[in-house]
Amino acid sequence: MLRLEKRPSPSQAWNYATPVLAVLLTMIAGGILFAILGKNPFEAIRLIFWDPLFSEQFGSYSRPQLLIKAGPLILIACGLAIGFRAGIWNIGAEGQYIVGALCAAAVALWFFPAESVLVFPLMIVAGALGGWAWAMIPAILKTRFNTNEILVSLLLVYVAEKLLAAAATGFLRNPDGAGFPGSRNINQYPSAANLELIPNTGLHWGGVAAFAAVLFTYVMLQRHILGFHVRLAGQAPRAARFAGVAPARLVLICLGLGGAFAGMAGMFEVAGPARLISIDFNAGYGFTAIIVAFLGRLHPVGIVLAGLLLALTYIGGELAQFMLSIPAAAIQVFQGMLLFFLLALDVLSNYRIRLALPGRTSEAK
Amino acid sequence: MVGDLSAGERQRVEIIRCLLQNPQLLIMDEPTSVLTPQEVDILFRTLRQLRSEGKSILYISHKLEEIRAICENATVLRLGKVVGRADPRQESARSLAEMMVGQSLHVPTRERLAPGRPLLAVRDLTLAPQSAFGTALKGITLTVHAGEILGIGGVAGNGQDELLAALSGEVRAPAGAIEMDGQKVGAYGPTARRALGLLCAPEERLGHAAAPDMSLTENALLTGAWREKLVSRGFVSYAKARDFAERVILRFDVRTPGPGVAARALSGGNLQKFVIGREILQKPTVLVVNQPTWGVDASAAAAIRQALLDLAHNGAAVVVISQDLDELLEVADHFAALNGGRLSAPRPVPGLTMDQIGLMLGGAEGEPHAAA
Repeated sequence: MLRLEKRPSPSQAWNYATPVLAVLLTMIAGGILFAILGKNPFEAIRLIFWDPLFSEQFGSYSRPQLLIKAGPLILIACGLAIGFRAGIWNIGAEGQYIVGALCAAAVALWFFPAESVLVFPLMIVAGALGGWAWAMIPAILKTRFNTNEILVSLLLVYVAEKLLAAAATGFLRNPDGAGFPGSRNINQYPSAANLELIPNTGLHWGGVAAFAAVLFTYVMLQRHILGFHVRLAGQAPRAARFAGVAPARLVLICLGLGGAFAGMAGMFEVAGPARLISIDFNAGYGFTAIIVAFLGRLHPVGIVLAGLLLALTYIGGELAQFMLSIPAAAIQVFQGMLLFFLLALDVLSNYRIRLALPGRTSEAK
Repeated sequence: MVGDLSAGERQRVEIIRCLLQNPQLLIMDEPTSVLTPQEVDILFRTLRQLRSEGKSILYISHKLEEIRAICENATVLRLGKVVGRADPRQESARSLAEMMVGQSLHVPTRERLAPGRPLLAVRDLTLAPQSAFGTALKGITLTVHAGEILGIGGVAGNGQDELLAALSGEVRAPAGAIEMDGQKVGAYGPTARRALGLLCAPEERLGHAAAPDMSLTENALLTGAWREKLVSRGFVSYAKARDFAERVILRFDVRTPGPGVAARALSGGNLQKFVIGREILQKPTVLVVNQPTWGVDASAAAAIRQALLDLAHNGAAVVVISQDLDELLEVADHFAALNGGRLSAPRPVPGLTMDQIGLMLGGAEGEPHAAA
């Protein structure tokens, strides 16, 4: 019989090994899935993980996409990781991302067509504030009425999607757009456009912000007393209170940071790759960032690696969809499996598996 | 409902349930931890009765006087191994204790000092319980002077945790209800109180006094952040925190490979030494400890008690909350009892008899004693 035995201290080795193992298991399980769908599993896995980066045919298009897609994932995941470390579960980054984008777009369209260097910074502030304000709803409900932030933040995503639809077809609609849904093309409004900084790299201001967020998160969690309090509250809430951490303050800070980061990601997206507010503006970055945060062990450096990997599954998924006509949902299943395997394997960090033969007691530790 | 009974009554329900089943062999593990001396007497009478009826009793306890009082045969365990057998009636509590720890015991000593100025004053502190099964504090009043140790006894679940939380600042009180060295601190949180020198060590080591999965370095930071200046402008110096943890480990003889070890990997006694040492090394003006030697082996317990005595000797005011009456009588200058969230008037320890203590614990205290 297999038996789980709690380790005296969490295993560092398994802590690093489980994300890698989870990726491998996802590839195997995904391969089986593709085989059942009647596709060549090896070709599909190669298309998703290898070709976007290294094939001559697709690489030149796909490689810049890597940074474009990883940027928002990393930026959002950094904010989420701070909250997750504290045991504050913001599942609604997708909604905060949408509201941030809407606020930034509203600022841009307010100034349009005036040109000023202030427009772009103002949009960043508006995006961050929008995401922050959207996250304050679950935060205040939690601190005042003890509601569950998981449910409130998640359900607010659907409210944000309705707002997005209303904006695209109503208050932010392009007045010169012949009645079609969607705002003006912000990417073509020079003061507001979030353009590629170095040609053919995919690096725009969002990538720079993601990098800054990684640094910020690292310094905060590893060096600042606030980061210590965040970790303490997540691991031992009573000890945190004893140490003098005010739980309500922590909820406001963590949800606020998560919301602000997600809102900024929305801003860079709407002014950059997405170009405008449209009904289907959001691409699920807010949800995928949850996987990024966990796959990256809630550690900023891990989040960079995980962000790049999940960006790859987006790009490779599109490629596989296009080349092998694998359904679009398959790639979401793929991402979901990744989180599933990771969480399942996490047990190995805290427990070791012992083979206990019947009739024989296991030796003492 | 059993949930509405006091901890001592709950314990008696459990013991009676066992006795009702007419046992041949009765195994009891620390049955007296939540009983008053009078209740212990009743229990012992019952156990002797059972013995005379030819039943066997296996009695597990760390209270050596109890073992000496009712057992004919003692087996001494250390770290899961049998290290000795004895007839406890032929041994002294001290020789049994030495058998337990495997070395000769240091008996804490100190000279008693004339008390100095009042450092901690609690006036009519009344607080509703924080949880469904918590105890409300009712009109707690106490004063502790420089150089004095106030022992607070009481059967478990009579408001000990709540009193510690109110003193540490985890639960806020009206500003004037708690005064430290003349300053109203009732409305302050734990950080502000620590800054003034009011330090605490709660009973539950893992999860309350220390974070189980964090290293000793991080656990040193947990309460030492500001007083030990481990933080400057919000940034933590982990080198200084490790340094502080190492000083605690060294000074309090914490057996561990080093400050990088997770708190949960330490034995209860070693972690307790770390938790108490962490507060004492911060040179508190007022120290409040709850169950400072709970589950700690006899030599570590003696070291902790000696440290508390030294601290008081150097002019701090110390409050020791404990269910171990022997411990309180050994270290305390004054004794008060918690019962149902009320605190009896403190009495000087010299001259206090077990009978009087039992009455105080039971809530039937005598005429209010003039405040010490």
